[in-house]
Amino acid sequence: MLYREAGQYKSSYASDMAVFPLKEDRIGIAVILAIALVAIPFLGSDFFIASVMIPFLVFSLAAIGLNILTGYTGLISLGTAAFMGVGAYSCYKLTTLFPGVNIIVLILLSGLFSAGIGVLFGLPSLRIKGFYLAVATLAAQFFLQWAFVRVPWLFNYNASGAIEVPQRTLFDIPLTGAAATPETRYFVCLGLVVVLTWFASNIVHGKLGRSWMAVRDMDIAAELMGIKLLNAKLMAFAVSSYFCGVAGAMMIFLWYGGGEAADVFSIRLSFNILFMVIIGGLGSLIGSFFGAAFLSILPTALKFGLPALGIPIQGAAAEHVTFMLVGALIITFLIVEPHGLARLWQIGKQKLRTWPFPY
Amino acid sequence: MSDIATRPAPNLLANPLVKFGLIVAAIVAALALGVRLDTSNTFYAIFVDPFQQMVQAPDLLVQTVWEGLVSGVLYALIALGFVLIFKASGVFNFAQGIMVVFAALTLVGLYEKGVPAFLAVIITLGVMFALAVTIERVVLRPLVNQPDIILFMATFGITYFLIGFGEALFGGNPKQMIAEQLYLPKGALDLQILGGLVSLQKIDIAAAVIASLMIAALAAFFQYTRIGRALRAVADSHKAALSVGISLNQIWVIVWFTAGIVALITGIMWGARSDVSFALEIVALKALPVLILGGFTSIPGAIVGGLIIGIGEKLGEFYWGPLIGGGIESWLAYFIALGFLLFRPQGLFGDKIIERI
Repeated sequence: MLYREAGQYKSSYASDMAVFPLKEDRIGIAVILAIALVAIPFLGSDFFIASVMIPFLVFSLAAIGLNILTGYTGLISLGTAAFMGVGAYSCYKLTTLFPGVNIIVLILLSGLFSAGIGVLFGLPSLRIKGFYLAVATLAAQFFLQWAFVRVPWLFNYNASGAIEVPQRTLFDIPLTGAAATPETRYFVCLGLVVVLTWFASNIVHGKLGRSWMAVRDMDIAAELMGIKLLNAKLMAFAVSSYFCGVAGAMMIFLWYGGGEAADVFSIRLSFNILFMVIIGGLGSLIGSFFGAAFLSILPTALKFGLPALGIPIQGAAAEHVTFMLVGALIITFLIVEPHGLARLWQIGKQKLRTWPFPY
Repeated sequence: MSDIATRPAPNLLANPLVKFGLIVAAIVAALALGVRLDTSNTFYAIFVDPFQQMVQAPDLLVQTVWEGLVSGVLYALIALGFVLIFKASGVFNFAQGIMVVFAALTLVGLYEKGVPAFLAVIITLGVMFALAVTIERVVLRPLVNQPDIILFMATFGITYFLIGFGEALFGGNPKQMIAEQLYLPKGALDLQILGGLVSLQKIDIAAAVIASLMIAALAAFFQYTRIGRALRAVADSHKAALSVGISLNQIWVIVWFTAGIVALITGIMWGARSDVSFALEIVALKALPVLILGGFTSIPGAIVGGLIIGIGEKLGEFYWGPLIGGGIESWLAYFIALGFLLFRPQGLFGDKIIERI
């Protein structure tokens, strides 16, 4: 009654191929964007924006990146954090070398370096498959993490060994650095994520995305159908690493505001992003958002939510309980819905379609 | 039928993407290295000097190889736990590392509570059995027939849970392994060979001996017992095993328990060399290249792979590490494994991958 396609006729190819063919979907996405653009910045506190929304956006982008590789192309990668690190360091080098160029342009450019490195570490994927490949991508993780510490050129020979985010402005409004307000950083993140998600959606629904999915379902069959495995797989690595690289640059420049990146881009982050992709749903863009929301907000929610519920735990104990709960929740989610939150979302929509008279 | 190992390699350099990647990497590497290395004698430093050092000081070489051998044995032990579970249930058990930590912590924790050392070992075995039953009931049984990656993720869940649980029970501080109470030797054995002094830690010798014994025992268990035969049957084919009346659930409990025993022994050995802490979990990641080198399904592969990785990374770190700033131990193992994988994609001893349309 509220949500159904009956009566919505498609009279042109363009409307048939639209990303959101249903009017209700278009209204829904408009409402979500309105909330994100208006309600959250005006109603949310600085704390909420800085430590809930910005991490959520950064992780969503990284999860989309990994989803392109793992969910759409079927190549498991455990080196996501390293590719994010490449993005962060290239952005740092770029902004040092070209201080006049707008930081948003540089963040988008830094993804290209990440893409190049991603292609390089994606080369073994042509011969190695499955878990063998997952372990092989750990080579990228450990090698790059080592390079972040041992190659001082990357962090401009700082004594601290950390990325120091300089202040960069757009129309005299500080975007990065200590002076930037959480709202500004949030808007920049939001803009980048929305544009890049639109971009990703077009890629995965196009020719390239279809060839990726063919490779995922069975690569030899795809090869026989005329898909060049080399191009498809390396392109998946390139696009995926591009998204991860941009997410990494956003992470350091717009969220952390600097820091010891070798610690930030550790293997634990790689695993976390893989969780987000799996819990959100493999091969689903909206699932990436769900997964990122679930896993980036959960620890914060537990940290502040449990005391609010009257369960008095603090400090170390809280951390242990968080670990245990996250572990238990991951297992529970996998048992309840192995196809992730995106599948639940689909089921919900299907229920809405037939409501109130399900057949 | 196509065997990926026999297909001709595509011409990689013809691809524009590869070219782009290589160029970017070359630029970054040239910039990074150009700043650091005096390039005039790079060739000498890489290809001549290390070998000269090896010949001139053979005792140092022996010492390095020995240390590699010992850490290789310990990597092999962790890898063994992975292989057991992967063979029997097709689960890539990421939790093996934390199981090692958890077993060692339980042992030490019990001893600190006043339980005699050997009783503590028995109780810890009981705990590992309980863990195996719980994992089978709570995690594996509801997830049966799911894709591999889902089961892989579930073992991540187990890892997180055990980290939290272990820290909540025993605290995050490093603990001393009760090596003396378990009659493990300590001290060092100094040997006069090749005109130098080579010092072997007795605990390392004990570790090598115990590991060999355990591997022999496992081999005998697989070869000659009824349960061992059932395990091999399950490893070959779940369906065929079910059809001749082998209970998969029971087998999984046994396999996870066996992996738990291996974890406990690994924990004791590794704990006796350094101390028992959650840092061991990171060490367990080192077992992964061992796995891909040896093949996921091969016990001899785990052992040979462990030794190659252990010796390779120690030699690499000692002789070539200083050239690029040291600390290369963290990734060298992966590159050694990758090098082997490019020639044998299924690992040295792994089952041949045959793909059919």
